[in-house]
Amino acid sequence: MDLNSGDLNSPLSTGTTIIGVTYNGGVVLGADSRTSTGMYVANRASDKITQLTDNVYLCRSGSAADTQTISDYVRYFLHQHTIQLGQPTTVKVAANLVRLLAYNNKNMLQAGLIVGGWDKYEGGKIYGVPLGGTIIEQPFAIGGSGSSYLYGFFDQAWKEGMTQEEAEQLVVKAVSLAIARDGASGGVVRTVTINSEGVARKFYPGDSLPLWHEELEPHESLLDILSTSNPEPMVS
Amino acid sequence: MIVDSSSPAPAKKSLLLSSEADLQRTQTPYVTGTSVIAIKYKDGILIAADMGGSYGSTLRYKNVERIRPVGKHSLIGASGEISDFQEILRYLDELILNDSMWDDGNSLGPKEVHNYLTRVMYNRRNKFNPLWNSLILGGVKNGQKYLGTVNMIGVHYEDNHVATGFGNHLARPILREEWNENLTFEEGVKLLEKCMRVLLYRDRSAVNKLQIAKITDEGFTISQPYSLKTQWKFKAFENPTVGAEGSW
Repeated sequence: MDLNSGDLNSPLSTGTTIIGVTYNGGVVLGADSRTSTGMYVANRASDKITQLTDNVYLCRSGSAADTQTISDYVRYFLHQHTIQLGQPTTVKVAANLVRLLAYNNKNMLQAGLIVGGWDKYEGGKIYGVPLGGTIIEQPFAIGGSGSSYLYGFFDQAWKEGMTQEEAEQLVVKAVSLAIARDGASGGVVRTVTINSEGVARKFYPGDSLPLWHEELEPHESLLDILSTSNPEPMVS
Repeated sequence: MIVDSSSPAPAKKSLLLSSEADLQRTQTPYVTGTSVIAIKYKDGILIAADMGGSYGSTLRYKNVERIRPVGKHSLIGASGEISDFQEILRYLDELILNDSMWDDGNSLGPKEVHNYLTRVMYNRRNKFNPLWNSLILGGVKNGQKYLGTVNMIGVHYEDNHVATGFGNHLARPILREEWNENLTFEEGVKLLEKCMRVLLYRDRSAVNKLQIAKITDEGFTISQPYSLKTQWKFKAFENPTVGAEGSW
């Protein structure tokens, strides 16, 4: 079966890592910040976690144009829905609107999405909407090209009923691991935490992330290494 | 940009946007379910399916319910594209709702639901825009058992035992040998589990988490998800290439 989880070399796509995780009290959404056109990094600080309403956010992967357009339509519909309803929309309704667009235009779109938020009826919820427009409610979801490297990690590291801190740390660690191995993911790690109290955005710059296998501590210059270490550091 | 599709054959496109890409239709599946198998037994119908949603070769989702009730008298099991199955469930929901609104004391039986699905699948096939599924529809109404299948090209038939996907090749030979019309519930479950185990060994997209559903005149039950034990302790498995190094 020929399958591409987002053609990494297609025009302006978000080869990406996106994650959504539930914890006891809400959800944590996470993403990298790299947008590439072919081999060039068009934007090294993009924001792939887009707001749909006050309490529902969307992680976008796949074609940047497609996902931006979908999120624009859904934000527009949800804005009206909120007015008509007289109270905040539920995460389920937002996710279904995303699904409708993704499913009914499946031949034209390349969009892998994760919808996450908090409402007073169901609490924190995560819905995956992969290519094709399937909707699937999950305790956690991963997506984008970088997610290939995280299936094993989450199989091992995920637990039910984490605290907010544990969930945030898990998300940051996971995106960071994916960035280490996926050429289409990189930059900073952004997280959005949504719960009954509201929304909190966090930003983890690339140099604050943990180092993995064969990655070295960054330095300003070789000259700093030379001056601090032993007299004969340059070996031949 | 089509937002809402409210009929089985969404022919109306937005006047604002008519894209070349859409005129070619015939999709490719993305998130897919594998085999479903079903048998008639003494009291009704038994259907089994695993809970996997594959994404190409990745076993991506492991909690997908591929067997669902339809009205009071039927169960539907689906393999193929999950998003299309979700849409089919919405059409069926509307069908059952409209039927119930007649408030005439009659409700759609499995044969009628199967026929409806056949029409939907065949008409989509004729427009080169199929619902990429193979479906099994089983049920009991007024003591009459019914078990049928229909797929994305509209091929449909009924039988005492049916299967989709790999199940056609691996399960049906077993069912042909061992099925009889007086199977008890326990015998039926054991028979289906025998087939599901073979599928687990031999189907790459199988996942060891399954549900077995039963429907009788009294109603339906869908089991909680569970896993099957597998046998690997064969002498022949331990050192298979001794005596023929390099072979497999």
